[in-house]
Amino acid sequence: MFSFLLLPGGASAVVLPEDRTDTMIHYYDGGGVTVSGPALLVRKSASDTVSVSGRYYVDTISSASIDVVTTASPYKDKREEFGVGIDYLHGNSLMGVTVTTSKENDYLADSFGLNLSHDLFDGLTTVNMGYSQGQDQVQRTHTTFEADVNRYSYRLGVSQVLTRSLLFGVNYEGIAEEGYLKNPYRAARLLGGTIPENYPGTHDSQAISVRAIKGFSSDSRPASSSLRAEFRYFRDNWNINSDTLLLAYQRYFSDRVLGEVHYRYYTQNAASFYSDNFTTLMAYRARDKELSTFHSHSVGAKVTWNFVKQKFLFFDRMSLNFAHDYVFFDYQDFTDVRTGQPYSFGANVLQLYVSAWY
Amino acid sequence: MTSARTTIVLACATLLLGACSGVKSYEREMLSDPIMSFSRDPVSDQYLDHVYDVREGARGATTTQGGGCGCN
Repeated sequence: MFSFLLLPGGASAVVLPEDRTDTMIHYYDGGGVTVSGPALLVRKSASDTVSVSGRYYVDTISSASIDVVTTASPYKDKREEFGVGIDYLHGNSLMGVTVTTSKENDYLADSFGLNLSHDLFDGLTTVNMGYSQGQDQVQRTHTTFEADVNRYSYRLGVSQVLTRSLLFGVNYEGIAEEGYLKNPYRAARLLGGTIPENYPGTHDSQAISVRAIKGFSSDSRPASSSLRAEFRYFRDNWNINSDTLLLAYQRYFSDRVLGEVHYRYYTQNAASFYSDNFTTLMAYRARDKELSTFHSHSVGAKVTWNFVKQKFLFFDRMSLNFAHDYVFFDYQDFTDVRTGQPYSFGANVLQLYVSAWY
Repeated sequence: MTSARTTIVLACATLLLGACSGVKSYEREMLSDPIMSFSRDPVSDQYLDHVYDVREGARGATTTQGGGCGCN
């Protein structure tokens, strides 16, 4: 599950989040899987110091993925997520609490999160920290099987104004999980035959990200374009090491139109207990392609049209946004058992949403 | 805990930079523009993080609050 409050770390000093509503339709199509649905994020201040938020998100899934077509039957599912949050501003500090619940046919998840941000040095530095705890219940359809997963997340970060056009941030997140961490439907392979997967009962990970934004001005605008770079380093106790690089360029084409192009590269090595086809029986064994050695390239673009820039009814401004990302996943040691060749696929990710500020 | 120590060192270095940067309030016009935000549209960034989170082994330390996919 993912929650719905941003970690502090933008250009602004600690203030209450903006009063805004985002209404989105999202669509994913790749690798035999389509996922689509609406998303709604509403935030409104209740006073000068309190802001409340609500979130609704739906994934409608139709899956005939490589896992499904080789070991099971295609399926359809729906996941609904609800969340509420409240933020309280006190002096230079912003404190927030979020509660989220997610439900699908065979998976339930509940979590809560605490966040604290504090400004230092006249708002040039923002320190933020957070803690989240969640409990999932894993089920298997048409059976009475139930198992739990407990999850704990710790976050620490700093964002910094370095110059009048340069921002820098660093964030750390440690996540600890315990319980039933495998997929109850997936099977591993042993000498070409199938055998149930078996995962360790704990999963501990650490990730560090560093990010920076450089702004550029023009004769007509103080901020006419910006270049953003992010890098994340990840490692866990399953021996997965991963690097993620993101580059994004944003530019105003007019007062009303803003464009963005971005590129993302991701790479990871396999978990210590992953194999495409085990040759000996191991205590822990997985054939989940998300635990294999692979890399992905993603290119995308987003266009924002600010079609309301002055007061309209009770809205201060409104924008229409469209984004398209193409992601190519290339697996090194996960084969398509139908062909025996390394597996790869491309996915299209589409977003259409309206944002309204009031 | 190497990652945690590295973060603390980077955070302290950032704080030192912050103490020295000295950008005045009236010099922050560019910084207040939406294109200078690490996450301009929360709903979009949360969605993309979710797309990657369920298909990759790595997780965490993104601009949105994470902690698992809530799916199988």
